[in-house]
Amino acid sequence: MTDQLKPGSRWRSAVCATEVVVVKAPVDDASLECGGHPMVSIDVDPPPGLSLDAAFAEGTKMGKRFADPDTGIELLATKGGDGTLAVNGVAVPQKDAKPLPSSD
Amino acid sequence: MNIALLLEMAADALGDRRAVGDMTYAELQAAADAAASQIDGPHIVLDVNSPAIPIGLFGAAIAGVPFVPLNYRLTQPEIDERRRAVEAAPPGDDVAVLLFTSGTTGPPKAAVLKHEHLTSYILGTVEFMGADEDEAALISVPPYHVAGIAAVLSSVYAGRRIVYLPQFSPEGWVEEALAEGITHAMVVPTMLGRILDVLEEQREELPALRHLSYGGGRMPAAVVARAMALLPDAGLVNAYGLTETSSTISVLTPDDHREALRSGDPAVRARLGSVGRPLPHLEVEIRDGEVCVRGEQVSGEYLGRGSALDADGWYRTNDAGRLDDDGYLYIEGRLDDVIVRGAENLSPGEIEDTLLDHPAVAEAAVVGVPSEEWGEAVAAAVVLADGKVVTEAALQDFVRARLRSARTPERIEFRTELPYNETGKLLRRILKSELSG
Repeated sequence: MTDQLKPGSRWRSAVCATEVVVVKAPVDDASLECGGHPMVSIDVDPPPGLSLDAAFAEGTKMGKRFADPDTGIELLATKGGDGTLAVNGVAVPQKDAKPLPSSD
Repeated sequence: MNIALLLEMAADALGDRRAVGDMTYAELQAAADAAASQIDGPHIVLDVNSPAIPIGLFGAAIAGVPFVPLNYRLTQPEIDERRRAVEAAPPGDDVAVLLFTSGTTGPPKAAVLKHEHLTSYILGTVEFMGADEDEAALISVPPYHVAGIAAVLSSVYAGRRIVYLPQFSPEGWVEEALAEGITHAMVVPTMLGRILDVLEEQREELPALRHLSYGGGRMPAAVVARAMALLPDAGLVNAYGLTETSSTISVLTPDDHREALRSGDPAVRARLGSVGRPLPHLEVEIRDGEVCVRGEQVSGEYLGRGSALDADGWYRTNDAGRLDDDGYLYIEGRLDDVIVRGAENLSPGEIEDTLLDHPAVAEAAVVGVPSEEWGEAVAAAVVLADGKVVTEAALQDFVRARLRSARTPERIEFRTELPYNETGKLLRRILKSELSG
């Protein structure tokens, strides 16, 4: 999956409405997951019969950024959903936004 | 990441909110999709500000071709020359925008801004849907200026309604700001001075205005102080950036402005003349007096000429500058504009600011002119304030008392106006050749 996680590539959750775009590619092997299951490419139908893993059900908010310190992958949630984003089975922390005054 | 995704997210989250003019985000998305199906090559646009600009910008992005806004004041041969430049070096599908820079010599040069540069800038500076529903941004810089492009992207991602001023006049700007309840605006220095004149004349206030940012050239500290007095409720933001850096790289925030104006400490007070601190996701360093910048939003690439970044990704801005101990950045002018008098480097900006402190001076420009004795000598052109008179000798004394005599203009010419380009940039080369004669 790591090879496919290019900047600009888009992924959807197999178990909820969450969608992400890769902002920064991972430097290490990464399996991108949401709600406890691997995410699939945006134009692919997810495999049937999966359900949200209660351990990864905190939810993902649209417009938030996520950065994984281990693999270096950065994600932007383009759609929100019930699942939690994870890489290699570990939840990805949300990136703190530093609000800046509008300059344009 | 494609900039089209910024609009897609806005249309998805707040489809019914007004985006530009009477159009909602959903309607803007539909218009951009429709435009994309008609676009089959670099999207060259010659137009004043209107909703056609965001439709064209996002339409081109969806179609996978660059948006190329040109100055509508160009002559036909100049337009043809730019068209040929784009055709001669077809950009890849990762390019979002080509902006021809306002250089005054040589063949036209187009800065290449890729999707990754622009989205890095937006994600690093704008909170998705961070705007309240009543917020409205007045865009009066032209679409072929990087600030015009950045304003569209920032406003859409923040969910802030865009109001366009097709052509700038200070009266028109104030009228539109009042009529549309404008909360956010960006102006270049010459615009701000003229807007303040109108506000004073009409005894008008802009109660809705929360945020006024300025940039694109040197702003005299006196104008900033006047803006703060006339618009006490508006937070002022000074933004510094270049076309090649996807717009802003450094900001002086509203709190910085207030703190500087209140402070008794000259070092803090001086920050009103700075461009604030670099954006947190960028690195800024001064090398041999030159401002250098590195970060994901920095392009530094020109069409058909490759990248101007060094091996480590640094871009040399050609701006002379310094950083103070607290990290505030001061821009002292273009490196080429530094006056070398004898063995001493003089910054025109410092001398201009001193001239502007004189109550009779409305505008001032300082350049180096050839001198047999010094190599270069300091010459100035000033525009007097309405109804004010001062002699050349009195102005020279005024500068000499505040700076050292090396920085005192040997010649001061009085003029009715100074040469600016249409986005308010002083045309120093023209002035230099005129004053050298």
